Amino acid sequence: MWSWESATDESVNDSWIQRDSMTFSEKYKDEIADILSRYPVKRSALIPLLYVAQRDQGYVTESAMLEIAHLLKLTPPQVYETITFYTMFNLKPMGKFHIQVCKSLMCALVGSDTVIEWIKAKLGIAPGESTADGLFSLSVVECLAACGTGPMMQVNDDYYEQLTENKLDRILTDLRSAGTSPLKSGPFMWPEPVNVK
Amino acid sequence: MPQHELILLKNMMQPGYAGSLADYEKAGGYQALRNTLGKVSPPDVTAMVRKSGLRGRGGAGFPTGVKWGFLPKDYQGPRYLCCNADESEPGTFKDRQLMERDPHQVLEGIVLACYAIGAETAYIYIRGEMVLGSKILEQAIDEARAAGYIGKNILGTGINADVWVHRGAGAYICGEETALLESLEGKRGLPRIKPPFPATHGLYNKPTVVNNVETLANLPHIISRGPDWFAAIGSPPKSTGTRVFCVSGHVKRPGNYEVPMGMTVRELVYEHAGGMRSDKPMKAFIPGGASAPFLTPAHLDVKLDFEHVAAAGSMLGSGGVTVMEEGTSMVWAALRLMEFFYHESCGKCSPCREGSSWLVQTLRRILAKRGRMEDLETLLDLCKNIAGRTVCAFGDAEVAPIQSTLKHWRQEYVALINEAEAANLIRPEPVGRH
Repeated sequence: MWSWESATDESVNDSWIQRDSMTFSEKYKDEIADILSRYPVKRSALIPLLYVAQRDQGYVTESAMLEIAHLLKLTPPQVYETITFYTMFNLKPMGKFHIQVCKSLMCALVGSDTVIEWIKAKLGIAPGESTADGLFSLSVVECLAACGTGPMMQVNDDYYEQLTENKLDRILTDLRSAGTSPLKSGPFMWPEPVNVK
Repeated sequence: MPQHELILLKNMMQPGYAGSLADYEKAGGYQALRNTLGKVSPPDVTAMVRKSGLRGRGGAGFPTGVKWGFLPKDYQGPRYLCCNADESEPGTFKDRQLMERDPHQVLEGIVLACYAIGAETAYIYIRGEMVLGSKILEQAIDEARAAGYIGKNILGTGINADVWVHRGAGAYICGEETALLESLEGKRGLPRIKPPFPATHGLYNKPTVVNNVETLANLPHIISRGPDWFAAIGSPPKSTGTRVFCVSGHVKRPGNYEVPMGMTVRELVYEHAGGMRSDKPMKAFIPGGASAPFLTPAHLDVKLDFEHVAAAGSMLGSGGVTVMEEGTSMVWAALRLMEFFYHESCGKCSPCREGSSWLVQTLRRILAKRGRMEDLETLLDLCKNIAGRTVCAFGDAEVAPIQSTLKHWRQEYVALINEAEAANLIRPEPVGRH
């Protein structure tokens, strides 16, 4: 079960994160202006801006939250109450690759529990933990809308579907060596057309 | 297998179709928009949609044209369209395919809906995990904007409709339309108390329509081929058109199948999805996503349309058909779904927030052979006190797996409890009855 405690492990090795001296609003000035232009009410830009902050550091820092509050003319608690409602925001550093395995019924019927056991064994971590090198964090999550192609997992922005043990080994190797894997899903269609002429 | 005409998946099934603007235009795309904007009056568009019998594809199945008709006619301020792409009902993965493979079909539907309801801004609220989908949509919007199909003064008609992609952030409840609006306003996704309905007090308290991706994708076809053509497909008069059913679980060929509504479960599962994946027979299926009660093989000849599935004691919901083979523990299956609902309960209403936790605890205990016979009464009692007592339909949804498995497979619960009694281990008192 997901919990704040597991998602906010203080001990994560975050040496992979590049930090710089610019503030969030300086660094993403144009992108912030573009996002703000889409909404007649500023607060609507909150989730999009939190995503920008998370992309920058892998998690949303307290200083970014304060800057966003200032930008949107919100109080810090208003930002905090929103960010804590949504599971996709990290409030503490995560591993470079955040592996999220779906465990809902549809994936469980086709073996997601086995996938979780494989990953636990291969990486030596339990859900909610990160590897000592700071590369991988593992979470067990609820339905990611890929039920026909389970078992599946999401690593950062990418989906990996119809997982087998071999495929998983290749993905982990690719991630370690290249930072991404060609086995990730493209535009989704399943089943593929059978009567291709 | 009899071949049915594909409507929504037709383009993407063509070899080489990549979903670009050029591909879509070549397949006849944006013709409906060209022939409608400034040529057919918005009320006439709404009338066509009403006549087609199109009903919402997100889960509730509310008639789309009627929903549009609820907008105040004399209101002068801004109106909004929200495309509900927060596909998160377990068992459902059709919108993902519609958006990632043929994004312009969805966009054309969005602009047509904007025109019909008089909205100049539309937001596509896509679930946060679908990063690829949101990128594909944004790229498609840029293409369509450059070609004059989206934005200011569309095709020189003076009509404006801007479309923006807005990513959610991992909350199932934001698929509920008022929670979606709250989330879009940058708040916690807590459903609103209705009335007032979004039609009068929606996004930023302005008249708003929230429609599902698949619903909107049907619009270009209804407009170009006429409401009568659409109304004749499927199971008229109340369930018209096709549905993209998402088949998952223990079948040979899981995936998305677009078939006319009214097809039997048997045909969908055994003809289209290839039947069961092993020699084991079917034990159970869910006809419409996790919120729909379980049905048994005795219901295999139930027609997949709104009325027949409801009459069988379940609901067509989002069209997610999940199949389970003999040997699957129904207590375990109910627990898996219940854990989902427990995790996703937004916490606004006490019966759902507390009840979901109690249901999970009780189910876990029964499954761990620590249950008591009274637990079954507790389960049903809790279900009774959650369903219908919450602000949104989540409460009704979360009790569905338990009530339906207890109805059809009570002996499995009893067997686990009998084992517990025989083992005579320490068993806790039922929750809520201390």
